[in-house]
Amino acid sequence: MTLLEPQHGAIPHPYPSPISRPFWDGQARGELLYQRCEVCGLSTHTPALVCAHCGSPELTWVPSTGRGTVYSWTVVWRPQTPAFTVPYAPIIVELEEGWQMLSNLVGCEHDAVHVGLPVEVVFHPLADGVTLPYFQPRALADE
Amino acid sequence: MTSHPLRDAAIVGVCNSRQARLLEEDNSETIALRAALGAVADAGLTPRDIDGVIGTGGATDFIYQNRIGPVWRSMSGAGIPAVLEAASAIAAGFATTVLIAAGTAGAYTERAATAPWTRPSHEFVAAFGMFTAAEFALVARRHMEVYGTTTESLATVAATIRNNGHVNPEAVYHGRGPFTPQDILDSRMIADPFHLLDCAMTSEGGCALVLARAEVAGDLANPPVFVLGGSTDHYGPAYKNPPSFDLPGRGDPRLVNGWAGRAAAQRSFAMCGLGPADVDVCEFYDPFSFEIIRQFEAFGFCAEGEGGEFVLGGTIGEGGRYPVTTDGGLMSFSHAGAQAQMLQRPLRAVQQLRGECPTRQVEGAEVAMCSGGGAGALFTDVMILGTERP
Repeated sequence: MTLLEPQHGAIPHPYPSPISRPFWDGQARGELLYQRCEVCGLSTHTPALVCAHCGSPELTWVPSTGRGTVYSWTVVWRPQTPAFTVPYAPIIVELEEGWQMLSNLVGCEHDAVHVGLPVEVVFHPLADGVTLPYFQPRALADE
Repeated sequence: MTSHPLRDAAIVGVCNSRQARLLEEDNSETIALRAALGAVADAGLTPRDIDGVIGTGGATDFIYQNRIGPVWRSMSGAGIPAVLEAASAIAAGFATTVLIAAGTAGAYTERAATAPWTRPSHEFVAAFGMFTAAEFALVARRHMEVYGTTTESLATVAATIRNNGHVNPEAVYHGRGPFTPQDILDSRMIADPFHLLDCAMTSEGGCALVLARAEVAGDLANPPVFVLGGSTDHYGPAYKNPPSFDLPGRGDPRLVNGWAGRAAAQRSFAMCGLGPADVDVCEFYDPFSFEIIRQFEAFGFCAEGEGGEFVLGGTIGEGGRYPVTTDGGLMSFSHAGAQAQMLQRPLRAVQQLRGECPTRQVEGAEVAMCSGGGAGALFTDVMILGTERP
């Protein structure tokens, strides 16, 4: 067993697009933001110009609870580049507001990951001011 | 029935250049050009007969170096879309004889990292260590969770395809086997559930095809092969967004990303009035072992969730009812970057239908199905080829 930890090497940083800038600005404040549609009320990610459900352009950035469950997972043992320390665990998280995002699971043993695992966001600052959203297991009793 | 929309075109020439882990004597342009010249020669044609070209790099060098301009040209992505576009261009009269060529050489030199084309730099994937194996693993793991698909089934696919390459003298990994499913499971883990031998290799090489008008195809050097059906299912850019099995499309739960290729297969079969039971050989795109299981389900060869059982018991191997990826595919034949290998499923299907495969020839094959892409990349292309003019 190996503890899954945040990456500390010179990993590739996200470069915000004109659409995604609010997401990354939110990260720096410790907020996980997503786009909610003013017309149908549903959520959209990755950042978009139109609602994924109804096509409306009336999207508003709002904070997520940061809580969700693991929808799917993998544990990587051969890294993308040597900048990554293995093992690391890419996951797709299903957030409470009904949207999915890609992230990494941290804070547990590598063999503790499974579909349906309750998780919560943790913010991991990188060297140059960029903050990554990771997820860690959460205790259901806290809620 | 109205006449088949692609009945006026046929595939008349094919060529794989030499394939290898690294081709230091070539670059991507020259290796594609070598394949192009080979495909034209295979057809019994000369470069002057080509009046349409699909591709970039070496494909356009072919135009200039042979001084065959002006020609009709398109930049359609290589693989099945290019073959469908070439046939459509001939049907529409844009050109009479179309070359498709692609290649990669001298590019994969930094071995500490995964191959450059496997790790795009988009903001919502790169920082999380994503590359193709992890993308496809997220699709496979979800299917395993929902349907109970086992690593043994994945390993059976990998062993079958790798053994096809083991016996193929033209495969980059010729002689590397034979493999049992246990050998696959014993190889080191890359991205759970994928072991090293569940994954495509990385290599270099070129590939080219030539299509001509059906009226003249019968008089050329090799038997013509016809495009019976084809279509493509795309859900957005590859490796930029979460590769979710349940990524919704237009609202039909049977057409979510996890079933990419289902609509394309249905349209392809409908074009020719055939079904899965009519297919003699399955030249399916095999970036990772699980993808073959998913494709058998998506294309309608078995029900959702039954692909894991379907691939057991010899069904997809030599002498089986649905032999799959008979040259060794991306796992053992070659995986030359982003373009050439997409043409190699159609190419192998042509070789099967001509009856000229030196290894793993499916006797009497008349209908071949080929594919490209996969749900981890948010697209799947499908095409059905046959010996009989539709």
